[in-house]
Amino acid sequence: MSSGKGKFEKKRIGLIVYLFLLFLPIYWMLNMSLRTNADILGSFSLYPTDPTFGNYIKIFTDPAWYSGYINSIIYVTLNTIISLVTALPAAYAFSRFHFLGDKHVFFWLLTNRMAPAAVFLLPFFQLYSTFGLIDTHIAVALSHCLFNVPLAVWILEGFMSGIPREIDETAFIDGYTFPRFFITIFIPLIRAGIGVTAFFCFMFSWVELLLARTLTTTEAKPIAATMTRTVSATGLDWGLLAAAGILTIVPGALVIYFVRNHLAKGFALGRV
Amino acid sequence: MDKWEDNRAWFLVLPVFVIVAFSAIIPLMTVVNYSVQDIFGPGQRVFVGTEWFEETLHDTRLHDALWRQLLFSGLVLLIEIPLGIAIALTMPKKGWSVSLSLVTVALPLLIPWNVIGTIWIVFTRPDIGLFGKAINSLGLTFDHTASPLDAWITLMLMEVWHWTPLVVLLAYAGLRAIPDAYYQAASIDGASAWAVFRYIQLPKMRGVLTIAVLLRFMDSFLIYAEPFVLTGGGPGNSTTFLSIYLVKIAVGQFDLGPAAAFSLIYFLIILLFSWLFYQAIQNVGKGEAP
Repeated sequence: MSSGKGKFEKKRIGLIVYLFLLFLPIYWMLNMSLRTNADILGSFSLYPTDPTFGNYIKIFTDPAWYSGYINSIIYVTLNTIISLVTALPAAYAFSRFHFLGDKHVFFWLLTNRMAPAAVFLLPFFQLYSTFGLIDTHIAVALSHCLFNVPLAVWILEGFMSGIPREIDETAFIDGYTFPRFFITIFIPLIRAGIGVTAFFCFMFSWVELLLARTLTTTEAKPIAATMTRTVSATGLDWGLLAAAGILTIVPGALVIYFVRNHLAKGFALGRV
Repeated sequence: MDKWEDNRAWFLVLPVFVIVAFSAIIPLMTVVNYSVQDIFGPGQRVFVGTEWFEETLHDTRLHDALWRQLLFSGLVLLIEIPLGIAIALTMPKKGWSVSLSLVTVALPLLIPWNVIGTIWIVFTRPDIGLFGKAINSLGLTFDHTASPLDAWITLMLMEVWHWTPLVVLLAYAGLRAIPDAYYQAASIDGASAWAVFRYIQLPKMRGVLTIAVLLRFMDSFLIYAEPFVLTGGGPGNSTTFLSIYLVKIAVGQFDLGPAAAFSLIYFLIILLFSWLFYQAIQNVGKGEAP
């Protein structure tokens, strides 16, 4: 028993070291965000000796800054909802049925993540202007579906295929209709998968810059594009950039915090 | 294992198909169109056939960038996948430490990619950066702007820091989705930790690991913003990856035709490798008991 305990501790130490190293660059950003630019460039310091919230106050009081956050949150939320709602039934179809062209469509979906963005930006702009969607939140949300919907289908399909089909069959024999079965029985079974999918859709849409910047001008401009503003004639304002960077982490950290219980929840067949 | 045969399943797939096809097909066709034309300006274009493709395939700088890219993506997969699985196996299963470790692990993923590069510039600066200061105080000289090796080390550190969490989260969710009954059966059999990993956890993670390998391959093969900000492709051309070279042609020289041909070849290379990975993961261990 004592050897098992020792091994347990060793495992934990590895994890703690990893999390510590992971946190260092973020800590450095936090450190910089609480200092003025002159202070950052002037001296090396492990912690802010004279902490100031000036960088944060600037972001929260300047509409050019905070509107970027609001825009990003709107289109990212839209995108996550569209991706999940459309991908759930599709992933179920791929995990349960053979149908004409199923394997081809499944792989084709993923190929949409494989194109280098640079040359595709111009046709994207033309396509979305044709529909009069430029500079709207829905345009960015829709364009991000190109890489998020396939991702959602693939992740969800993996989790659904892990669920034995006897569950479906039993439910249908018990007289469940498909929608009722899907919502009340099936979705709770794959909550870990839905949690991780929701987080990834949120994350990939949140950090994507090229498409979001191409499709917007002012009304729906994302925060990542606003952040390039910190480069001015006087050079880079590191403190302001670091504060903006810390603030970009917050919404996603909240998302993962809310889905954490679904992620960690074990899957118990007996409780259906 | 046989699935139900039913073409009506298409109705479940249709919304996804429509929403993806809307953004996928017309831009792709436009780029194919560019790739066979020489474009001088609006309305002035000449059909050139496969000229751009031949030129691209014989471009030695592109060959160099391709080898660099393959090396980079290969290293990324070799480091991040095993490390991610190992971390996921050690993550706690209940209690407050679940929230703490999950949220901490997710943090690097949430920073916009252009900002990631900027953070690492500061982090590795010898005068005001923690990493640069620490490594210099060990008596090592380290400068990613002068030494190609240091540039690669910095890039790999940044990449592993940034993206291993994706593998961790996927593997963790996959592990948590394994029914307890499997573990109970294993403990009755007195299976070792290795046997549990090899015969229960690893096969059950096939789905999440497939997507983890494909995602990490595709995204690392397309990596642009982080190395562009951190090293700008240098020193020399030592970190000029395919996408950096592509943007040089597409935006720097505004050669839309060759850039489009380049994009399509680039796309086909990723498609080929992804397909090979997909087939390999699907088939490995197929003969074993489930």
